[in-house]
Amino acid sequence: MMMEISASRRIVNSVMLTLSGVCTVFVVGVLFFILGYLLLHGVSSLNWDFFTKLPKPSGETGGGMANAIVGSGKILLLAALIGVPIGFLAGVYLAEYSGKTFAFTIRYVVDLLNGVPSIVIGIVAYALVVRPMRHFSALAGGVALGIMMIPIAVRTTEEFLRAIPNNIREGAMALGATKATTIYTVVIPAAISGLTSGMMLNLARVAGETAPLLFTALGNQYWSSGYLAPIATLPVMIYNYAIAPEDDLHQQAWAAGFVLLTLVLVINVTARLIIARGPAAQRR
Amino acid sequence: MATPQQQQTIRDATVASGAKPVMSKTDSNLKLTARSINFYYGQFQALHGISLDIPTNKVTAFIGPSGCGKSTFLRTMNRMNETLRNTRMEGDLKLDGEDLMGMDVTDVRRRVGMVFQKSNPFPKSIFDNVAYGLRVNGIKKKSVVAEAVEKSLAHAALWGEVKDKLHKPASALSGGQQQRLCIARALAVEPEVLLLDEPCSALDPIATLKIEELLFQIKDITTIVIVTHNMQQAARLADFTGFFLMGKLVEIDDTKKIFQNPGKKETEDYVTGRFG
Amino acid sequence: MATSTSHIAETLHRRAKSGFFARLRGGDELSYLITLACTISILLIVGVIVFELWFNSRATFHAFGFGFLTSSAWDPNADKYGALPFIYGTCVTSFIAMLIAVPLGVAASIFLAEMAPPQLSNILTFLIELLAAVPSVIYGLIGIFVLVPAIRTYLVPPLKSAFGYLPIFEGTFYGLSFLSAGIVLSVMVVPFIISVSREVLMAVPREQREAALAVGATKWETTWDIVLPNASTGIFGSIFLALARALGETMAVTMVIGNTPKISASLLSPGYSIAAVIANEFAEANGDLYISSLIFMALVLFGLTIVINAVARIFIMTTQGKGG
Repeated sequence: MMMEISASRRIVNSVMLTLSGVCTVFVVGVLFFILGYLLLHGVSSLNWDFFTKLPKPSGETGGGMANAIVGSGKILLLAALIGVPIGFLAGVYLAEYSGKTFAFTIRYVVDLLNGVPSIVIGIVAYALVVRPMRHFSALAGGVALGIMMIPIAVRTTEEFLRAIPNNIREGAMALGATKATTIYTVVIPAAISGLTSGMMLNLARVAGETAPLLFTALGNQYWSSGYLAPIATLPVMIYNYAIAPEDDLHQQAWAAGFVLLTLVLVINVTARLIIARGPAAQRR
Repeated sequence: MATPQQQQTIRDATVASGAKPVMSKTDSNLKLTARSINFYYGQFQALHGISLDIPTNKVTAFIGPSGCGKSTFLRTMNRMNETLRNTRMEGDLKLDGEDLMGMDVTDVRRRVGMVFQKSNPFPKSIFDNVAYGLRVNGIKKKSVVAEAVEKSLAHAALWGEVKDKLHKPASALSGGQQQRLCIARALAVEPEVLLLDEPCSALDPIATLKIEELLFQIKDITTIVIVTHNMQQAARLADFTGFFLMGKLVEIDDTKKIFQNPGKKETEDYVTGRFG
Repeated sequence: MATSTSHIAETLHRRAKSGFFARLRGGDELSYLITLACTISILLIVGVIVFELWFNSRATFHAFGFGFLTSSAWDPNADKYGALPFIYGTCVTSFIAMLIAVPLGVAASIFLAEMAPPQLSNILTFLIELLAAVPSVIYGLIGIFVLVPAIRTYLVPPLKSAFGYLPIFEGTFYGLSFLSAGIVLSVMVVPFIISVSREVLMAVPREQREAALAVGATKWETTWDIVLPNASTGIFGSIFLALARALGETMAVTMVIGNTPKISASLLSPGYSIAAVIANEFAEANGDLYISSLIFMALVLFGLTIVINAVARIFIMTTQGKGG
């Protein structure tokens, strides 16, 4: 009797544990599948034209996404200029100045902001920028992505500044440094590798955002100068080409997807490795 | 001018009677004076009516069991307790006769330096660590800074070991070297008083010895106040020793007297190891 | 030597008295004020978001009231709008996604937290967290060209032959559908479940496991009876987080759902979601009522995700408080 019970329990044990392993392998497999598929289909369509030429008008084959690549760069620059300072300085406040309850409230609000769907942020940017200006613009797109960058900037700044031990701050103040001097000449430099990695991750995340750009930056067949006109971006081009009927455009979508994914993943891996080796991790 | 023995007698008499010690005519011998210091962490009173004098260019040690308030009192002398929330101090602190609380706090901290229990070098180069205090207080001229860095490192008995690697990170140094670096860093701004909060507690005996030796040397250029839980260290280093217990200053006197012929029973119990 | 000694001390002492430090202290005030201002501006931004969403929905609210949320009449040409098809689609796709992602994610997190040796667990988790970094539009790309044909060829025929009588599997399957969107969504949210659940599981104290193993429980029994219940609050938190993500997911959904404002019991038919309709139609929407209807739905989505995220945070904070 005892032996039978043990056997069935053992079987259940093995089956369940194997199943859980299979699930894990499956999930990891999906990542490699996506990567592999994009590699296969994207690289073959990648050529010099892709990086240097403008899109061709519909009906014609060929062309590239030079304007979209530059456009993404321009919008990300603006987004960083908006989101990083606000988020960083708020993070400094939370880590260095704030009292406990206020910090808790702010953190909660920041987390909620982080959970707002990107398309909703896009609508707000539309209401704030596109509507008064009466046309779409890179500025509106930058504002939308900039708002999205704020929560992560706040969280990473606070986390990495808090990881710097307090006796370093005391050491500086005991020499006659003011609180502000201590923060900006000792604490922040000490945390700099974590802070920059966090910003890289932040940037990589918004670099792939498409939804908010659909009705803020919209898109552009040609070069867009300045920030006050609609502008092409890589993710939006991928979307437009993917749902278009022409197979030639599908190929270009794969190429663009490959470029975008490679960029995003390389930044992610680099940033995470820096963080994993950095002072914050060593203190844990 | 009262002789040391006369000063001693006066001190004995006043402490025994509970009255405030009378400042002798030789005020210039007293670097720091404290009168009736009470200190509160929130509702908790950590220091009760501390009154003492710190003589110039001498080593004064504070001893006592854990939690007796000696570190708390040390930190009042460079106003580091102000960095904590919800603290309050009452009483009178004077540096060279000037009210400490009325002075600019960064000036106080420049003039009264501090070395911490656990060495805390900045994540910068050795040179930049020592130079930090100078630069932050406005001295930026390269030649002046370089000379001051070399001098401080020499005083801290570290110059020989690091002169060839001044631009290497401070984190590459050993524990004992890092603590000497922190001493050099504190000395660079030429403080009139150097406070040390159990500086050797995390170090091995050899490193401890090196630091004790350099403290002996530098008391000519600064006044030293050291908190230690190691009575032998106090006996070796200090000219004067104060015994703290439960937030009160039980007795402060010549080190010899404290250890060989203490005036109070509690002091005697502590130094002979009967408790603590 | 003596001269430069006193020179430094003197210079510093002189500077202190001359108000130089008073100016430095001004730096303290400035730093405090600027960082505080940035913090408060974040609160303001959230306020602006809520305001703009509410303000720009008024037209629709005045025209249809709350009936807007229960009406399925969506006809922009006739200026009639109803949100029900989109709410329905959002809910159905998210439900399918959770149905797939929760067992898959929890199972994988169990493997990573309880079974795998630490090094392997860390590497695999690192890779899975990279999945979360893949942009939505890339998932859509794979969805359209790989997943949908695969579902059509390999999944639907067996489903229909086995369960075709069920209303949820009725009708012809052309590819773009609730089912396709649900499946793509599930892959997108599973990394969140795995990441958080794994951490919560690893935080269960070792003593608890050892107590069970010591009385002869198998590893699985220990996990199922002891560890999981301990971690359940946190795991629920991760599920809610994933749900909030699924509700707001836009690009991948709009590329595979079919973009048809129809309510249908069958998962094989095309549909629409709130995020998808906004993505598709907002840029070209004209007319106040059209735009405000889309914005009203955005407000609904906003409210939904805020509430679900708030609940998730509470679950997760409770777990952390428990001494994880």
